[in-house]
Amino acid sequence: MSETLIPFDDVLASYDPALGLEVHVELNTVTKMFCGCPTEFGAAPNTQVCPTCLGLPGAMPVVNGKAVESAIRIGLALNCEIAEWCRFARKNYFYPDMPKNFQTSQYDEPICFEGYMDVEVDGETFRVEIERAHMEEDTGKSTHIGGATGRIHGADYSLVDYNRAGIPLIEIVTKPIVGAGAKAPDVARAYVGQLRDLILALGVSDARMEQGSIRADVNLSLSPKGSGVLGTRTETKNVNSLRSVERAVRYEMSRHAAVLGAGESILQETRHWHEDTGVTTSGREKSDAEDYRYFPEPDLVPVAPSREWVEELRATLPENPTAKKTRLQAEYGFSDLEMRDVWAAGALPLIEATVAEGTAPQSARKWWLAELLRRANDAGVELADVGVTPAQVAAVQALVDAKTINDKLARQVFDGLLAGEGTPEEIIAARGLAMVSDDGPLIAAIDEALAAQPDIADKIRGGNQAAAGAIIGAVMKATRGQADAGRVRELILEKLS
Amino acid sequence: MSWIKKTAAELADALAAGEVTSVELTQAHLDRIAAVDGDATAGVHAFLHVDAEGALAAAEASDKRRAAGAPLHHLDGVPIAVKDVLATQGLPTTCGSKILEGWIPPYDATVVRKIKAAGLPILGKTNMDEFAMGSSTEHSAYGPTRNPWDQTRIPGGSGGGSAAAVAAFEAPLAIGTDTGGSIRQPGAVTGTVGVKPTYGAVSRYGLVALANSLDQAGPVTRTVLDSALLQELIGGHDPLDSTSVDQPLPSLVDAARAGATGDLTGVRIGVISELSGDGWQPGVMARFQESVDVLVKAGAEVVEVSCPNFVHALAAYYLILPAECSSNLAKFDAMRYGLRVTPEGNPSSEEVMKASRDAGFGDEVKRRIIIGTYALSSGYYDAYYGQAQKVRTLISRDFEAAFESVDVLVSPTAPTTAFALGEKLDDPIAMYLNDLATIPANLAGVPGISVPAGLADEDGLPVGFQILAPALADDRCYRVGAALEALLTAEWGGPLLDKAPAVPENGTIR
Repeated sequence: MSETLIPFDDVLASYDPALGLEVHVELNTVTKMFCGCPTEFGAAPNTQVCPTCLGLPGAMPVVNGKAVESAIRIGLALNCEIAEWCRFARKNYFYPDMPKNFQTSQYDEPICFEGYMDVEVDGETFRVEIERAHMEEDTGKSTHIGGATGRIHGADYSLVDYNRAGIPLIEIVTKPIVGAGAKAPDVARAYVGQLRDLILALGVSDARMEQGSIRADVNLSLSPKGSGVLGTRTETKNVNSLRSVERAVRYEMSRHAAVLGAGESILQETRHWHEDTGVTTSGREKSDAEDYRYFPEPDLVPVAPSREWVEELRATLPENPTAKKTRLQAEYGFSDLEMRDVWAAGALPLIEATVAEGTAPQSARKWWLAELLRRANDAGVELADVGVTPAQVAAVQALVDAKTINDKLARQVFDGLLAGEGTPEEIIAARGLAMVSDDGPLIAAIDEALAAQPDIADKIRGGNQAAAGAIIGAVMKATRGQADAGRVRELILEKLS
Repeated sequence: MSWIKKTAAELADALAAGEVTSVELTQAHLDRIAAVDGDATAGVHAFLHVDAEGALAAAEASDKRRAAGAPLHHLDGVPIAVKDVLATQGLPTTCGSKILEGWIPPYDATVVRKIKAAGLPILGKTNMDEFAMGSSTEHSAYGPTRNPWDQTRIPGGSGGGSAAAVAAFEAPLAIGTDTGGSIRQPGAVTGTVGVKPTYGAVSRYGLVALANSLDQAGPVTRTVLDSALLQELIGGHDPLDSTSVDQPLPSLVDAARAGATGDLTGVRIGVISELSGDGWQPGVMARFQESVDVLVKAGAEVVEVSCPNFVHALAAYYLILPAECSSNLAKFDAMRYGLRVTPEGNPSSEEVMKASRDAGFGDEVKRRIIIGTYALSSGYYDAYYGQAQKVRTLISRDFEAAFESVDVLVSPTAPTTAFALGEKLDDPIAMYLNDLATIPANLAGVPGISVPAGLADEDGLPVGFQILAPALADDRCYRVGAALEALLTAEWGGPLLDKAPAVPENGTIR
């Protein structure tokens, strides 16, 4: 079923969008939220389980102190208040991959509340207000076998893996974000991206969207332009890349506008995002009619972080990303325009890591933005996931600096790195990419080129140094790019002067 | 006198003196079980599962340890029975419910782990009301337990199995759990001793929760000293139960021994005025008053104390408990363990859950799930669950105020003696009223003990005397309880259970 859509610009002519983002961050604690089971990703199904995370009768939860610490650090980094006293609560509903048929979460007493994050889009700053950040446990994972869709309907049977059940999650919920207008999709993307960078800087999660360690639910509603009232919202679940966050917002804006424009009303529901087709489809009808019967978890004692501890944790926070951005721009000498591109591409942490390996900032910027960003876009992945590490970029640039290779050859080295052909040195050796450093073969190639183009040789002799380019090009071709163009120019001019 | 009639303390001494082996003791109790326990249709039916093989293996290991001169726990080798609500690795654990029929836990409850570590052979698992919901053990899905004093009567509940096993000399010790009186009320109606420790004094890890904020495991024995020995064994902080108390209690065994001297000089005792009057059986009140008089003679100061909010305890309890249990019992969905009923056709997981829960849960369980679900529903939460929590706070304040002027509070344990099987089965409210006197302690988390106070004149059945103390002052229950026990036993010329009729043995049961 294809939905009717209204072009994006037309949406904005009639409506104001309101965004709400719920981001689940899977913490990288060694053990689960309420038991001692390991959390490592990718183990054989149901091998990282115990009576507690399987919900066996009689088993009890115990709070993972490290997870509380991570929650507080996230809250502090988001400028939140930290509760002096809070409890866990049971969220009751039935689902086969929920071992206890309730999720141990937090309800009206979140550990972190009332914060904000300033996000930057095209040089403009939007303040995203954070309503809360609370602790909860993940569910198991269902796999539906048989049937065409991979969904439970039509499946022959379903398998449940409880390894994920009980992994600590922090759910970060924004207040409604209004006033972003046409930039709503970009604000959503920038928020999730900056949040991811912050989480990475805190070191509390692997923050890998494609593995689900950061999952975004995108709430969107439209209200008639200028009315100031919030419309009915939809919640698009599990949007698992920054690009998809932006696309999902854009799509839902167009879809909502079409529904409202036809005089119909938006159904409050959960929607599924389809990465491949770029559309959302209706999920279960959600609404506030679903009653989770929250009540305080009686098996756990309240969490009461002392103010001293909170201040100790505050002292461990990494530099505020906005301040850091300003500092690095000055240190690296990037222009505003360069910095905007760097920021938009999410390249700053990568450049920083590359510079830390000894690369000049402009060289690092050049590789990440000019070369690797294109490859990431071609592959449809985030720059950080392009498959080349900052250390590798630094190694390649070091080889350029040493004149072992030139920029053009370096691109082939990146090809080799992405193909998994080994270290840059191994790739250079295997592909025969090293530059010709001996003048002998270069002079031979120059003589050959000059002989082939005597008119060019005359122009150079006549003082037209720019004409040397044609000879350099021929030499480069003859040496399959492995000549140092600068050296070739010197040799040509020496010869003809 | 045969070994089965002796107290656990006496058995421990006999083992230490080499007068008997653990294998002999364990076999003697297994023989007794075989002789009197019967089954769902006749006999005491205290046990849902008897583990003769496991118990004898544990007994043999105990005897070997003793022979080798290894340092032993005082109760090493003394057999014990465990209520079927505690997870036992390798032994069925049903909670008296069909929905867990056939489930063998892969782990031990902390209480069970401690019992095994101390070397007590586990004779088996005792009968109970389904998921501990009831005051008569009639709600067991596997048939009722019968009171050894009169097998046409209830043994109390939910821990009727543990109390009856101890009263019928099938076990010298048993573990019970008490959410609203499930240790103390069966103790009262079977003429045995039952203790609900301070909330958190004994780990709940592995105790299949009825109502997490109220549940507490504790000892079921024939003497106060035996209970003290057992609570010291099973109690203490458990890192697996974050609600368990992380501080040591005063010595309970010392308190029981001090009390046994019969001297209560200087002890201030408060009689709770709200726990008497209409609906309280005259024979129960008579024995209670005599017991109070005995305590006065022992040197205690007795005053009447009002706890005005106790009248709301039952109502608050029957909101908090169903609310918690409605959520606890959600895990029984046929997906991972226990009963699975698959309806005809090509049922969805939801339909399998529904059919399994319908077949697996009894009526009382369903009743409480429905009440609890309602009480937690949005729009009703404040009026029901929220309000009940406020009442709970008021009850705790009543206790605090009372304990400012007295050391312990006392009342009859239950309003009546054991009623007839079937008598209150169709009247849930009448059944709930049995726990009137025991529920406040659970709501406030304070400790309580029930000790035998004699037999009611009307029916010749046992009456229980309840002693309540401030949280963490469990020792006071033991001291006053042991004093009353010593003085009454002297008056009676022997333990109350000596007055019980002989339990019919095999062949005479049917």
